[in-house]
Amino acid sequence: MCLAIPGKLIKKENDKGIVDLGGVNKEILLTFIPEVKEGDWVIIHTGFGLNIISEEEANETIAILKEVYAPE
Amino acid sequence: MHLNNFQNPELIKKIVTELQDWKKPVKFMEVCGSHTMAIGHWGIRKLLPKTISLISGPGCPVCVTPSSVIDSLIDLKDVTIATFGDLIRVPGNKGPLEQARAKGLDVRMIYSPMEALEMAKEKEIVLVGIGFETTIPGIAYTILEASRQNLKNFSVLPAFKLVPPALDALLSAKDTNVNGFILPGHVSVIIGSDAYNLLPEKFGIGGVVTGFEPLDILVGIKKLIRQIELQKPEIENEYSRVVSPSGNLQAQEIIYKVLEVEDALWRGLGWIPKSGLGIRKEFEEFDATKKYGIEIMDTEEQTGCRCGDVLKGNIIPPECQLFGKVCKPNNPIGPCMVSSEGSCAAYYKYER
Repeated sequence: MCLAIPGKLIKKENDKGIVDLGGVNKEILLTFIPEVKEGDWVIIHTGFGLNIISEEEANETIAILKEVYAPE
Repeated sequence: MHLNNFQNPELIKKIVTELQDWKKPVKFMEVCGSHTMAIGHWGIRKLLPKTISLISGPGCPVCVTPSSVIDSLIDLKDVTIATFGDLIRVPGNKGPLEQARAKGLDVRMIYSPMEALEMAKEKEIVLVGIGFETTIPGIAYTILEASRQNLKNFSVLPAFKLVPPALDALLSAKDTNVNGFILPGHVSVIIGSDAYNLLPEKFGIGGVVTGFEPLDILVGIKKLIRQIELQKPEIENEYSRVVSPSGNLQAQEIIYKVLEVEDALWRGLGWIPKSGLGIRKEFEEFDATKKYGIEIMDTEEQTGCRCGDVLKGNIIPPECQLFGKVCKPNNPIGPCMVSSEGSCAAYYKYER
């Protein structure tokens, strides 16, 4: 039930936003992430953005894993 | 963003190969239905050596919702029940909501709790307040919004559950024997990874907050193994791309503006102190327990279902005598078989 999916915020108007879910657009509420900007990736659950996905953190996690497990 | 990096086959292969060398038997518990599903879906168990076993804890909000909640809903007159879809097939003592709907009860499935507010413009609505910390902020916000709109025909039946107190209770009762936790990614988005510090501090057991891709889960397992090797239990955060140590403070603020901590009844586990949330007095006009005089009680009937033992990690689903024989997804006896995220349903689908 705690399934939450990633989507890209393509429009923001006050506390409402439109996310692109791989080609399907959906309206969500941004009440919990007022600092979000258009173009950010967000994690979505029951019509609410729960948090912004940090691209920097995602890249860093992968970079560390590659360094440990698959050094070039 | 390249989220499919977390399915990188080269990295997965390396980690799986390293894990193969692990000799000491260990048991890790995941406490999120979406992890249960992801572990089955990606075939993670088959990638692990026999020494590492994965068991499912009480990670499915639908599975731990007491029969009493479902029975109370069925007894309501002249209202429309708005609920997340997962709940409608769960049998209470009076059968599931789905069956009551066939007999005329007005039950509507919703995706977002905010849809219930729209519906309340025309009908008397009772929203079923199930969920863990992931789902709770949205429902709390919906109550705030109902108050702002001064709605008179909207209420919520609170059956919210909190994850850290449940883990505390499981470990305190000493009837769960695990060596580490795969901690729920999306619950943690809200409460933060620091919320589990009691696990190493009070019980000497570590945990890793992980995401839901195969690499996430394998890295989580690898980190737990490393903690055991070093004898250094701690809370680590593998899912740092969405989870912070303190969680989403805006969401927490809205939760506690509307709701307050109280004891809660968990199906299969019984009453657990301070493991749920009720509606604050300031918002009691939206509290269905007050509006309709509902009291949640332990009324579970004995069916031979061992869902409680499954939720505590004491047995795996095939060890229940009903599993796969009388209890199947199309004829579920207990809640763990009903929800697609229940341990028994996931086992039936992926591991038989």
